[in-house]
Amino acid sequence: MTLALYVPRASVVHRLPAGAKLLALAALSVLVFAVPTWPVVCGALATVLLVGLVAARLPAATLLRQARAVLWWLVGLFVLHWLLSDALTGAVTVLRLLALVLAAAVVTATTRVTEMVAVVERILRPLEGLGIRPARIGLVIAMTLRFIPLIAERADRIREAQAARGGSLRGLRALTTAVVPLLVQVLQLAHTVSEALDARGADDVPVRRGPRAA
Amino acid sequence: MRLRRGTTAAVADPARGIELRGVGHVYGDRVVLSDLDLRLSERRIGIVGANGSGKSTLARLLNGLVVPTTGRVCVDGLDTRTHVREVRRRVGFVFQDPDAQIVHPTVAEDVAYGLENQGVPPAERAERVAEVLERYGLADHADHPAHLLSGGQKQLLAIAGVLVMRPARIVFDEPTTLLDLVNTRRVARVIEELEQQVVVVTHDLDLVDGFDRVLVVDGGRVVADGAPDSSVGAYRELMVHR
Repeated sequence: MTLALYVPRASVVHRLPAGAKLLALAALSVLVFAVPTWPVVCGALATVLLVGLVAARLPAATLLRQARAVLWWLVGLFVLHWLLSDALTGAVTVLRLLALVLAAAVVTATTRVTEMVAVVERILRPLEGLGIRPARIGLVIAMTLRFIPLIAERADRIREAQAARGGSLRGLRALTTAVVPLLVQVLQLAHTVSEALDARGADDVPVRRGPRAA
Repeated sequence: MRLRRGTTAAVADPARGIELRGVGHVYGDRVVLSDLDLRLSERRIGIVGANGSGKSTLARLLNGLVVPTTGRVCVDGLDTRTHVREVRRRVGFVFQDPDAQIVHPTVAEDVAYGLENQGVPPAERAERVAEVLERYGLADHADHPAHLLSGGQKQLLAIAGVLVMRPARIVFDEPTTLLDLVNTRRVARVIEELEQQVVVVTHDLDLVDGFDRVLVVDGGRVVADGAPDSSVGAYRELMVHR
């Protein structure tokens, strides 16, 4: 499982500020939902592909992987629209969502997590007066992206260990027998991670920080 | 100088090294460490002992991750109980499981994390991150997801994340336990080349060969303390009778 989708390239899209890319993504979402017509939706999809494959020089496999992840969901949506309204509406709806999924993929593949987190921190900065620490929220987002694949990997190891001793890999029983050891491992991991955060000066976080490097 | 509540001004004296005075530690009803009086000033110090002997707790006392139940631990004259932030800036800590220490999704971002906490300006941060990644052969992986690195690379990343903060002393808690022979040798070489004072908790007796001093911990007490040959010999003798 890979949540860290950043694909390093020396492109103009990579160099754009994260805030601008997120704003463009939001604008595209509003556009395709406000004007759900064939020309707009097809134009949006073509633009996203052009920006992703040509301007950002991302590998086609990166975008294909994202499209494949939502494929069955899109197929289901198309069939539902076809049955309840008509195939044309279904096609527009599906292409609209596909354009947004790919646009989000282009943004994440061209933007480092720390740059995204810096934007979130900037947005949350006015809440500092209420005692909210944007740096902490940013760290939580980064750590979520970091630890989801790790926890998934540990869940796989537990399932393999159970399978090696004759346990089932599928079904409700496999799930329930995996949950408790996984929970124990996650709690142990959380304890060590909190120690590691302390050791690396998490408590020293300055209230205001400049733009992130690296 | 503005002080946090409960802290007192103190002047650090690097010549004093790490001092433990009458240190004991208890988890619930279990006595983990007792009556420790040590001064750790040598450049390379090893700590060996059986599982559950208290050596990892001892390591955690050295940078204030654990505060002693009784007695005092001081680093350069700074008490870990009252000056924990200053102590942690002086003493880096490398954990046994690098996965628990890597908190950011990509390699360079993770190395930069400690520097962000120290408020290092972005330009200097980028320079120091690039330098340390280059030194440990991770420069080509700077933008790679950390969870896709090999075990050895993850341990090197964990070490890089600590070294970039330039602590004067580094504590390693079983740094080679999860590694194969090649990566164990690589990490051993990294430790050997460090200019800082290092304290290494380990089961790998080869790792402490050539160290200045080795402590053997058993039942929460230091039962042997001296040159590697004599301490490792005492440890082997101790384990034979278990």
